[in-house]
Amino acid sequence: MAVCIAVIAKENYPLYIRSVATQNELKFHYTVHTSLDVVEEKISSVGKALGDQRELYLGLLYPTEDYKVYGYVTNSKVKFVIVVDSSNTSLRDNEIRSMFRKLHNSFTDVMCNPFYNPGDPIQSKAFNGVVSGMMVQTG
Amino acid sequence: MECQEERPIIYTMENKPIVTCAGDHNLFTSLYTSLAQQLPREPMEWRRTYGRAPKMIHLEANFVQFKEELLPKDGNKALLTFPFLHIYWTDCCDTEAYKSSVKEDMLRWHNSLRTHGSADWVIIVVESNDTKKKNKTNILPRSSIVDKIRSDFCNKQNDRCVVLSDPLKDSSRSQESWNSLLLKLRTLLLMSFTKNLGRFEDDMRTLREKRTQPGWSFCEYFMVQEELAFVFEMLQQFEDALVQYDELDALFTQYVLNFGAGDTANWLGSFCAPVRNWSGLLLRRPIDMEKRDSIQHEEASLLDLRSYLFSRQCTLLIFLQRPWEVTQRALELLHNCVQELRLLEVSVVDGALDCWVFLSCLEVLHRIEGCCDQAQLAANSSHTVGLWAYATDKLKSLGELCGLVSEKGPTSEDLNKTVDLLAGLGDERPETVNSLQSPYKKLKEALSSVEAFERHYLELSHAAMEMYRAIGRVRSARLVGKSLAEFHMRKGDPKKAETFLQEALKSYLSEGWSLPVTHTRRQIAECQKLLDRKEDYLQTSALLAGDSNLSTEERTHFCQEILNFAGKPGNPSHKATLSMSVFAQLTQLQFHPACASVHSGAALKVELTLRCMMPISVHIQQLAASIHFDVDHGGTHGRTKRAQRRTNLGVIEFKMGDSLAGLPCSAAPGPSLELDEVQDRSPSDNSLNSTGVVCKNTHLLLHHHEGTSLPDTLNCVSPPTVTMKEGAQMLKVQDVTLAPGNNSIVFTAPSGQAGTYTLRQLCATVGEVQFVLSHIYPSVRYEVYSQEPQLTVEPLSEPLLAGLPQMVKFTLLTGHYTVKKGDALQLSNAETLPILPSTSCTARISSPTAELVSESTLSIQSSEKVTSISLPPTPPYHVLEFQLEVVCVIPSGSERPANERLTNGEVRHRPRSYSHPDTPMTAIDQRMSIDCPWSIYSTLLALTFYIPFKTKHSLLSAGNRKYIQVCVQNVSDVNFTLAEVKLTEKQHASLELQSLNTKTHQLLCSKHSLFCLWEVRWKDELPSCMKCVFSASFSPLSQDTSAFKPFHYQFQLERVTTLYSVKAEISPPAGEQHCRSGLLCGLEVCITRLTEPAEGEIAEESKTDPDGLKVTKLMYEVADSNSNWAVCGKSSGMVLMPMKVNATHKVHIEVMPLFAGHLPFPKIKVLRYLPHTAALAIQPDPDSCVENDSLSLLDKTLDDQGDTASIRSRGSVHSVGSGDQQQRGVAMPRLEAFSPGQVFNHSHTQQVLVLPATDDHIMEVNAT
Repeated sequence: MAVCIAVIAKENYPLYIRSVATQNELKFHYTVHTSLDVVEEKISSVGKALGDQRELYLGLLYPTEDYKVYGYVTNSKVKFVIVVDSSNTSLRDNEIRSMFRKLHNSFTDVMCNPFYNPGDPIQSKAFNGVVSGMMVQTG
Repeated sequence: MECQEERPIIYTMENKPIVTCAGDHNLFTSLYTSLAQQLPREPMEWRRTYGRAPKMIHLEANFVQFKEELLPKDGNKALLTFPFLHIYWTDCCDTEAYKSSVKEDMLRWHNSLRTHGSADWVIIVVESNDTKKKNKTNILPRSSIVDKIRSDFCNKQNDRCVVLSDPLKDSSRSQESWNSLLLKLRTLLLMSFTKNLGRFEDDMRTLREKRTQPGWSFCEYFMVQEELAFVFEMLQQFEDALVQYDELDALFTQYVLNFGAGDTANWLGSFCAPVRNWSGLLLRRPIDMEKRDSIQHEEASLLDLRSYLFSRQCTLLIFLQRPWEVTQRALELLHNCVQELRLLEVSVVDGALDCWVFLSCLEVLHRIEGCCDQAQLAANSSHTVGLWAYATDKLKSLGELCGLVSEKGPTSEDLNKTVDLLAGLGDERPETVNSLQSPYKKLKEALSSVEAFERHYLELSHAAMEMYRAIGRVRSARLVGKSLAEFHMRKGDPKKAETFLQEALKSYLSEGWSLPVTHTRRQIAECQKLLDRKEDYLQTSALLAGDSNLSTEERTHFCQEILNFAGKPGNPSHKATLSMSVFAQLTQLQFHPACASVHSGAALKVELTLRCMMPISVHIQQLAASIHFDVDHGGTHGRTKRAQRRTNLGVIEFKMGDSLAGLPCSAAPGPSLELDEVQDRSPSDNSLNSTGVVCKNTHLLLHHHEGTSLPDTLNCVSPPTVTMKEGAQMLKVQDVTLAPGNNSIVFTAPSGQAGTYTLRQLCATVGEVQFVLSHIYPSVRYEVYSQEPQLTVEPLSEPLLAGLPQMVKFTLLTGHYTVKKGDALQLSNAETLPILPSTSCTARISSPTAELVSESTLSIQSSEKVTSISLPPTPPYHVLEFQLEVVCVIPSGSERPANERLTNGEVRHRPRSYSHPDTPMTAIDQRMSIDCPWSIYSTLLALTFYIPFKTKHSLLSAGNRKYIQVCVQNVSDVNFTLAEVKLTEKQHASLELQSLNTKTHQLLCSKHSLFCLWEVRWKDELPSCMKCVFSASFSPLSQDTSAFKPFHYQFQLERVTTLYSVKAEISPPAGEQHCRSGLLCGLEVCITRLTEPAEGEIAEESKTDPDGLKVTKLMYEVADSNSNWAVCGKSSGMVLMPMKVNATHKVHIEVMPLFAGHLPFPKIKVLRYLPHTAALAIQPDPDSCVENDSLSLLDKTLDDQGDTASIRSRGSVHSVGSGDQQQRGVAMPRLEAFSPGQVFNHSHTQQVLVLPATDDHIMEVNAT
């Protein structure tokens, strides 16, 4: 399904980033980092329009030839970025949304862990499992 | 009317729905202009089928002459050429003419329409007044012609025949008829649209439903639906037209996707043909007829179809004023096409798609630029920038493919590729042949030479970067910059590359993206190596050597690079200076001793823990820490600081960064709050003025909040300019090997001079390379102090009891002073605080860490004035302790010793007793004056002693006999034995004090009292004033009798003699044997004078009896405080007493007992009554001060005026009377109580039996 999933802190440093192909890891890091530009753009434009009741799902951030990058931002300004292979046409918007929702739920669990220090890189096994699940279901 | 197919370009905008005209052509020609003008003037509401929203539509029409060929044949689906309305024009007003020719013509027209199934027609009858007038006689009324036509043609459709009156005249009637005609035409046109388009759509849907059938062709269907789109476009319903194309787009996409899923449609085969032409999009024409033809003939490739579809969508979107949607869709299209070609496994020449994408991007951008002004473009660059970046990207990969990026230039193989690619572009399109900047020309030029490529590539890159920057997409701009840097690197221009890389690195660092940081840094290292920037390269290498994202081999490589450089002999005066934080981190610092505070000269070790980040062990020639030295000021300040430092056990943790080289700055926890307690003490007496908490590192904390980057962390972008400041003092260690991980290094710190030493910098030298930690934070300091010798005396046990030998501990902190042999402490002896000589007095010498160093006996020599204690030799900063036994003499009373001078000339401070709030014991402060060898000044020390006893005395009388009672209360916590209790009277020898105490030794427990009694016997006369001394010996219970210490208590008794005796008797009522409650009894009070008046007494009483006898006025008062008695009549009265022995006065008072039982007598008070003229007799208090005594004596001899003054002055002291008496004390008579011994009451505590009332059998029982 997804080829890269990243959780980015409010301050824009990665809390968690994982991608399928290790040799391409660097490329995904660059892609996700660049996508923050669009995330910020979307947040600021949405924030102006809707105030507090904003949609967390940011939609397609930007397409590249090979990948589609989707964004999601929690109320605490933690960003989720999911990169999907462009050739994977079976993925609809709704499926991406539900992936983000799952990711958000799992992230909330991580945050609820009293031993987790907010702002630290995420090392939770459960979270890793959820992410793996999203990446394995190759479409 | 021309068929659009004949024209190369269909300008659908210029197409209008076709309306045919038949009948009188000249008539129509004359009306055509106004008709064509007026028809679109007003909009009509077009109600749509299938629930589509109604639209207001301006109708236009293309009026053409009716020909039968125009009528669509069966199966012709062309909509553009479809005549929507047929009009027959006539101005016939002549019945004859109508009948003869017009009707026939009309009939023919009507029939041909009917045969083609067209029901959209109208007959317009034009009538003018001219024609009417001309043929006035032989015409029928006009209505008859119209009626005739209606009856002939309009079968129940009367609206199909319209009359137009006087169309060429400017009259209201003409206008009205025009309006109704236009309305009719519009209505009919719309009806026709609805009907015909509906039918068309239905057919189209039917065709679409057949798409699963084998023979179905997408291209065929495409043409049908496009026809509909054309019509909508013609009607200027661009939205609807766009929908048609979007539907086609979606349908096609779905087929491609299905193909990917294995569901192949036959017709798709034609789209899978290898791509031979990649000339890009063509958006300059509204309709690209070439492509349309190829689609129609099912010869189009996928790119052709997509290009055509997009060009149509683009045209419509631009009509709809939505240019930004074009750019967005363009990007999607381009990505999608690339994907689709991949999906359909269409074979494409390498780079062909890149060419296509590049050309298409530029074409879209050109198209958009063509329809927007510059301001609009700039404001919407967020929509176009994607295309720019995409084009840049594609050009770059083309350049790489064609060998235009390498330093050497393209090879022949590359050139072949280029030729192939250029061939696929075909010829330039005629529209752009004359344009200098056409995408086609750009691409061709860029691929033609290395220089041109570079120029175009740089131009595009910079444009994309600038746009990204302008819209705030800095990260994207940096990424473009990075790929530009890669380009520069390949072109062998590391200088240009580095700027871009550094900028990108800054961004990754500030946001903490470790992998990009490492990657970029490695590229920078390459640049720096090429540029031969040694120090920068070394610094970057150091960073990379410690980067955990790299493999150990890579890290070792970079580490080796540094070591290689370090090994080369270089300029000895200038060593390469690098930041230490990347090489090794100071993680911990520990002081030994832990308090980090030593006296000058003592040994202090500093242990550093360095975490080496290098992958291999590194040998360091020298590790040095520079020290900043501050002279300490203010001893007390220093001491409080020292005390505080002790709490952290001398371990300082440095929490800078993390072992992960890529840890983000923003994620790294900020510097922790460093708080310090601040005490402001007054310099004079060391009392606390204020205290508070100060944050020491506000500058860092505030800085941290402002920006995200931390100062001087390992994540520095460029190596900070670190300089090693040459401190005066350095901690140095030579030849250390730092292994990867934690290393412990121990320094010996200098401690020569007293003051604060702050560790500032750390510098590790490896050959020609120096690693410098430019400042150590949090600041680390240790203190070297120099202390003045200090002598303190404290009690060994609290509290010190006066009168007993007590142990006192002397503590001498030698400080910087060395006690030499022969040094002695000189204690000035005080009488009240003698030092008891003791044989075994040992002094303990212990080190600052409280370890016992030695013990030795002290020699103490006492002379009359001075006690000298010879001290054993003691090294500096040691503690010397010894104990001495001292006794504080209990002050025996009001004796005031004359001021004495001590041997050293100081005024002896009289030990003053005072009551201490915490203890019931009376405290005495004793001061000691000690001369010390290290100072010319005497040290004054104070000790507080407590008197263990409280003593009270009282005079008791029995008639004339007198007794003295002394009460000794033990207020201490110690039990004592009291012996040799004695009372002596000093002045009167005749007086004998006979002890009534039986025991010689008495136990006096803590908090208990002991009473002693003596009877006073005298021979001649009892002196009015006695000065007595109570003395006793006491010792703590546990000790033997030899330890008895004396205790004295002095007191004075005055007016001891009994003057009067008072005797009361209660007699039962007459005839009764006993008193009964409720019956009046008699109380007889008998006051008797017992002694001759003394001298003082006479002087006091100035009143003289007429008999010559001195009399004194007494006042008696019967008061029963317990309410046992009711006094009937006067309870008090005045008695004149002659001042003679045995003068008696009896008073009879009626009293009534209120209860039965043994009732105590009512109290009888006797008071001295002083008339207002009489001077007050002063009753001196035995405890009152001597001053008062002498004053009162003086008063007696003073005249009246003086007396009153003295009365006033003492009014408050002696007044017994009520408050108002006292207020005006001068004129009022007053009462004065007698001293306790002066009146003896015989009937004190006597009781009388009272029987209950006789007939009273009722007993009251109160139960509660």
